[in-house]
Amino acid sequence: MASEKNGTLRTAPAGQGTNTHSRTYLAWLAFAEDKAALFSLVFLLIVALMAAFAPYVSPHDPYEAVNSLRNAPPGSGDFLLGADSNGRDILTRLIYGGRISLVVGFAPTFLAMVISLVLGLTAGYFGGWIDQAIMRTLDVLFAFPLVLLAIAIAGMLNPGVDTEIVAITVVLVPYISRIVRTSTISVTAQPYIEAARAGGAGQWAIVSRYVLPNMISPVIVYTTTLVGLMIVVASGLSFLGLGVQAPAADWGSMVSEGRVVLRKAPHVTVFPGLLIVAVSLAFNYIGDGLRDALDPKAIRR
Amino acid sequence: MSAPLLQVRGLTKHFPVERRSLLRRPEKVLKAVDGIGFDLSRGQTLGLVGESGCGKSTTARLILRLIEPTAGTVTLDGVDVLSAAPEALQRLRREMQLVFQDPLSSLNPRMSVGVNIAEPLRFHGIGTRSEQRERARQMLDIVGLKSRDFDRYPHEFSGGQCQRVAIARALILQPKLVVFDEPVSALDVSIRAQILKLLLRLQQDFGLTYVFISHDLSVIKRICDSIAVMYLGEIVELGGSEQLYRAPQHPYTQALLKAIPAPDPAKRYDELGGLEGDVPSPIDPPPGCRFHTRCPRRMESCALRIPDLRDRGHGQLVACHLYD
Repeated sequence: MASEKNGTLRTAPAGQGTNTHSRTYLAWLAFAEDKAALFSLVFLLIVALMAAFAPYVSPHDPYEAVNSLRNAPPGSGDFLLGADSNGRDILTRLIYGGRISLVVGFAPTFLAMVISLVLGLTAGYFGGWIDQAIMRTLDVLFAFPLVLLAIAIAGMLNPGVDTEIVAITVVLVPYISRIVRTSTISVTAQPYIEAARAGGAGQWAIVSRYVLPNMISPVIVYTTTLVGLMIVVASGLSFLGLGVQAPAADWGSMVSEGRVVLRKAPHVTVFPGLLIVAVSLAFNYIGDGLRDALDPKAIRR
Repeated sequence: MSAPLLQVRGLTKHFPVERRSLLRRPEKVLKAVDGIGFDLSRGQTLGLVGESGCGKSTTARLILRLIEPTAGTVTLDGVDVLSAAPEALQRLRREMQLVFQDPLSSLNPRMSVGVNIAEPLRFHGIGTRSEQRERARQMLDIVGLKSRDFDRYPHEFSGGQCQRVAIARALILQPKLVVFDEPVSALDVSIRAQILKLLLRLQQDFGLTYVFISHDLSVIKRICDSIAVMYLGEIVELGGSEQLYRAPQHPYTQALLKAIPAPDPAKRYDELGGLEGDVPSPIDPPPGCRFHTRCPRRMESCALRIPDLRDRGHGQLVACHLYD
């Protein structure tokens, strides 16, 4: 608030940083205003760090099966969240599973966003037959149900995490490309694009400095909310045996393993399920927070 | 007398209306601008007036070659704008700039106003980053803003201030010609006068040549040396500002001048004589004189023959059969 009147280069003392830096800082302030988003970010960082340092933070070996502790309820021995049907520590497997689930949630959505930015921007900015060629091709993919298409693609490749990432990336591209294209078209119609052309801007400068920065925020928000959903889709692929292979596990395959003993030992299913829900929600809240942070009008309010 | 800075001849823009299919060429065209021409001398201001949809804005974009014309020539300082190759066009863009009607949306909302102003320097690779910023600061000062506003964003400014920023951006390349497309129409009346004053001062200081588009004749009167009145893509009257105001010849110009709200409230509106009907569609303009469907002084020949724009002995060019 204090920076509203005097936060400029000339009057600001040293330490204010360049324009770009203070801009990032102000965007961060706008994000941090949203407590749910801030809390979600902290939560996700903790989950990600635990997954990254799994061997150091896990209480047990993820593959070590203790026969006597099969389906043991939470708190049995030093198994904080209990054991699964093979007598393996659920907490440990959740921590290790995060390595896969977070990657298959994040990597394909990020990859799909990059590909979609190229396709959607090209289609939306140039229009005409280029637009038609790109969008009609994507419509072919769009015609299939998301999960079914992912299964079909994964089925053609060797099962594994790589396959999951490829399959999910491909199915996401038509969805994100549409958002990119629509957003691009509405930005391209703005007078500041014509002003840039009149000023002598080249195509590249227009796209990179005028179109992209003004169209990207809905895309980032939408993509962020997709991460949680993709963790669930990846779980589905693993469930069908197309993704991660036993005895390794992601959260989704842990849910599906537990369904056989759902009545006898619900905790085997419930804990990974809760974690998927929590992480998905966190990504949604972060998406909301980003919406505010990326709006130039929200900054310096 | 030196050659005019801007020469426009037979400028025409037809937009195809029916979608182009594989077998059929488009048949119907929207004649947005239909063969207009004028000269503009250095340091002068030409006003383009007319109702909305008469092709004023299209003309502006054609002159700056933001859209490609169907026919005609535009010569700026002896250089043909419309046939210029990409590199030559890029050089030409330094010489001519455009200021828009809606100041806020003509500025990139994600750039500070300072960066917005400096952008044209960047496009043309003029100076280092710090030189560009320094120049942008000077421009802020020149248009009456404070150089410490550099880092603020467009949405933090009022419409009038944004228009000052847009003017600064247009002038930073030191162009010869600036085209204003309804630059004050979106502004409050009180701000309008300030901006017009600024434009007149800048023209004096930098020896600028203006094309000034407006539908508001009272604005045009203050700022223009000569005026071109447009109707349905054609110029119907072209002449010196004072002459045209004192003795308008074309019935359309007369009607436009009568429609200016008088400062005298005692005059009743219906005494001012408005025009009947709407502007006909430019897709299918009336034959003969395009204005004859609404003209209060139409004659039989008006629907048959197209009047050409020429001097009919009144010191200005008129396209009307009344003076044949």
